[in-house]
Amino acid sequence: MQTIRKLVQAVWVFLINGFWGFPITGNLYQGPLKIICSPGLNCYSCPAATTYCPIGSLQQLLLSVRFSLQTGHYYIGTYVLASMGLLGASFGRFICGWACPFGLVQELLYKIPTRKYSVPVALNWFKYLFLLVFVVILPLLLVDQFGLGKPWFCKYICPAGTLEAGIPMVFLIPDLRTTIGFLYLNKICILTGVIIWSVLASRPFCRTMCPLGAFYALFNRVSLIKLDLDKEACTNCKACHKVCPVEIRFNETPGSGECINCMKCMTDACDFDAIFVNVAGYRLARTGKSRPVSARQS
Amino acid sequence: MKRKLRKTPFILLGFFLLLWLVGISLGEPTRVLEQAKSICLECIGIG
Repeated sequence: MQTIRKLVQAVWVFLINGFWGFPITGNLYQGPLKIICSPGLNCYSCPAATTYCPIGSLQQLLLSVRFSLQTGHYYIGTYVLASMGLLGASFGRFICGWACPFGLVQELLYKIPTRKYSVPVALNWFKYLFLLVFVVILPLLLVDQFGLGKPWFCKYICPAGTLEAGIPMVFLIPDLRTTIGFLYLNKICILTGVIIWSVLASRPFCRTMCPLGAFYALFNRVSLIKLDLDKEACTNCKACHKVCPVEIRFNETPGSGECINCMKCMTDACDFDAIFVNVAGYRLARTGKSRPVSARQS
Repeated sequence: MKRKLRKTPFILLGFFLLLWLVGISLGEPTRVLEQAKSICLECIGIG
């Protein structure tokens, strides 16, 4: 199953970064597909990006909300927020585990053999702060004399944007090199920190910083498709604790906002068929791994 | 194990679908497309 997941992740990377004409055009994709919301965190300024980044677009709409209202438009982020909501209500954080390019990058980095560390649980709350403060409050409230704010998360933090757009664009458009300054170096430092952290810990950005992951986490318990626990079948053997890449105790907190629904616990750990995919209240399929009752009791 | 249709996801999907249609009727996709078509220098740490 994990091989299939890796393949699905790779397919998503190429689907939302499918414009490979940028070395010839010297510019990013400008076609109509960019009206579609990228399910995972993927900068729309990436030269290969074919979709828009919901976090980037939401900030852009919020930072100019006064200006658009003054000019008689009502661009207040409803389309972007609704697109994110439709994805979140359908899949929850399945998107993080199966369709996010930056999640895949972190997983590949974690494969580098070194001593591994856990991420302190308290840091998990920071991603909600990033969503609330850097994506919503600051772009909306801190404005200049023209009533325009800044895309605070993209501008000062987003390492995905630096990796997918900042670095490639500087190579692609030589004129941009002259404009590199403190802001760029700050973002390179953040990206370097996240890369090193990803080698040492599993998916640290997703767990502590990602505002999109925080948004999808709000839906994890109620999404149409979710990973669920059959409490009657669970023997509390704790095998699911050992394989979880985000260090949650699935049998104790099914539907946790931290779960990225990678299904590793379901396919690689649980021998009792206690973890399953729940679609609107119905069990999708059995894994066929269930042991007989006598074996469970032993 | 009891099987029961969960209504919450459908309520949420209905709400966000309505919001999505409101966004389209306000012409927001055009604005999103305009933004996504151009390089946001500020977003990538330049400018």
